[in-house]
Amino acid sequence: MLFYAEPIEFTPQAGCGAPVWLGQIAEGEDLLRFAIAVHGAGGRIAALWGEDRRREAERFRLNCVFGINQGHVWVALDLPAQGDACPSYPDLSGIFPAASRMQRATRDLVGIASDGGDQRPWLRHGGWPADWFPLRHDSVHEVGVGVGFPNLPSDYDFVQVGGEGAHEIPVGPIHAGIIEPGHFRFSVVGERVLRLEERLGYQHKGVERRLAGADFATGTRLIGRVSGDATCAYAWAYAMALEAACGVAPPPRALVLRAFMLERERIANHLGDLGALGNDAAFAFGLTQFMRLKEDWLRLNAELFGHRFMMDRIVPGGVAGDLDPTALRRVVEQCEAIGREVKALRALYDEHSGLQDRFLTTGAITAELARELSMTGMAARATGLILGGRCYRQGYTPPPPYDRLGVRPATDERGDVAARVAVRFDEIFESLRLLKEMAVAMPEGDVRVEIAPVPGATGLGVVEGWRGEVIVGARIGPDGRLARVHPHDPSWQAWLALEHAVMNDIVPDFPLINKSFNLSYSGVDL
Amino acid sequence: MIPLLKKILRTGVITEPAVEVDIGPRQEIERLNDELLRILGRALTIREVDAGSCNGCELEIHALNNAYYNLEGRGIKFVASPRHADMLLVTGPVTKNMENALRIAYDCTPDPKLVVAVGDCGCGCGEVGQLFGENYATCGPVDNVVAVDVRVPGCPPTPLALMQGILAAVRRA
Repeated sequence: MLFYAEPIEFTPQAGCGAPVWLGQIAEGEDLLRFAIAVHGAGGRIAALWGEDRRREAERFRLNCVFGINQGHVWVALDLPAQGDACPSYPDLSGIFPAASRMQRATRDLVGIASDGGDQRPWLRHGGWPADWFPLRHDSVHEVGVGVGFPNLPSDYDFVQVGGEGAHEIPVGPIHAGIIEPGHFRFSVVGERVLRLEERLGYQHKGVERRLAGADFATGTRLIGRVSGDATCAYAWAYAMALEAACGVAPPPRALVLRAFMLERERIANHLGDLGALGNDAAFAFGLTQFMRLKEDWLRLNAELFGHRFMMDRIVPGGVAGDLDPTALRRVVEQCEAIGREVKALRALYDEHSGLQDRFLTTGAITAELARELSMTGMAARATGLILGGRCYRQGYTPPPPYDRLGVRPATDERGDVAARVAVRFDEIFESLRLLKEMAVAMPEGDVRVEIAPVPGATGLGVVEGWRGEVIVGARIGPDGRLARVHPHDPSWQAWLALEHAVMNDIVPDFPLINKSFNLSYSGVDL
Repeated sequence: MIPLLKKILRTGVITEPAVEVDIGPRQEIERLNDELLRILGRALTIREVDAGSCNGCELEIHALNNAYYNLEGRGIKFVASPRHADMLLVTGPVTKNMENALRIAYDCTPDPKLVVAVGDCGCGCGEVGQLFGENYATCGPVDNVVAVDVRVPGCPPTPLALMQGILAAVRRA
């Protein structure tokens, strides 16, 4: 099969996961041409990562996943190893700006570099040497006090803004709230933000290196902690990738239970965010109310799944644990109760002039920008893009069980904080509906099947998490263990949108705008 | 304004001790709160430092301030600067990229100070703590970088476990 008449032969990925096509690209030029064709058709870059395949094939491999209308295409470009040098591939950041940081991270970790664009280090701050690459097979390092690499302080070349009255406000890595670390460099004149540049990587804990060589069960534990607030989305994407690789189909009941957990995760996060957004606009009532609802929600999770965030419950082959009819009835009752409360609170939010004054027109981005930045998920839908892995669109069928649920995408065209609030409210109601629907029509049967590793196999999983598209690419090694697993968070793209969203707003609006995106640091720092 | 006030009235004070038996942790929350207050007799201020977590621990630390646990209502407050803090609540594993920032935050916290390590990664215990042990990018558990008074294991620890950990640290001081 061909896409956009480009001479790359694609084969569909087997199994019941999200629609994915795989293709091998021979030359860098072809990658560039294909990327331009994807961009021209309104597609996006969904993930990019490198791989050391010198043991098998004397090559490095660049993996790119593009999001297109029909689903996702995963293309691989092999790069011959050239001794200790960094092999290079064509720079994609001129076509997809979101590729830039992914390329920089790939250089830091694997030692393959784009032939242009931004070459500043991204994940490597000073903890290891520039010519040492943690994801190469032959990269050894020692750990312990006093051994290993010295942790050297590093300087970062922020883009300077000049002119009369322009000055910088550095923020972080430790922020004022209970929040993950990252550095924001504001260039301002008075209160007005001229430019924001993010420097992330503070949460980099070498997850991909830890995943290399792990067995499937250990991988489940690790992948569920890439970004704790999206643990179900990651676990499902990981399971989907391995199931596609090993040719295993999870039982229908397991798929519905997975969606059940994913929707509960979505609602839990949206409830928390709606409260925090109220709080950031000095409406503490909102925080109190929504955090109360979230706590009720999490307590039922703990009772039903044995964990407040349902970590480690989605496993390759199915799910760990099952729900009995009593549990399902309690979920339906809770959905009814929470639905009533959220409806009442929405009316209060909508009617509160002080709150709306802060929300409306603050942190606005356009649909054009969202598309250029390859955004997905809630923040993209809040600009009017009808993008969602759970919903039908022309040419795209969502993976089961969403193919039978008829999910309605929630969109808003304003693109501001108010729009992201509105989309969250709408998604809560839709997810409540889905939970009730799944609870009354839960298929019977097993919830887990055996999964045996297929050496050398690859798979890609894509799941529409609460923030957006979570992607996991996996390759199984000859020993049946994980050779390379790459998790991709939708925040990679959305962090860029945040830089744009604060322009022309004032510094005190930043916490509100930041919260309205609520992006993951850990998910992109890996 | 009237619907808002009605909602507040209807919600009531949910932190109050309850007589129902199946409320679960509510009595325990009350007991912990009372004990904390008795020991402190005044406010305790906490600076939270995420030194490399997956943000799971932060979700539960946030929950401490909801109306059920009502930590701030008891005079225990999360503050914006380590200079205002009596206690550092640190989640990990401490990444190399956060090592320096954590040391600076520790040095900025006035003596006498308490450090509570939060989560299996921060404490270096349990299966998850093992999986996120030292490697090229991390220094491992919090006490590899700064002195720790009390550890609160769990992945993530529940809000109740966090309250107990804070209490244990205050008792030691």
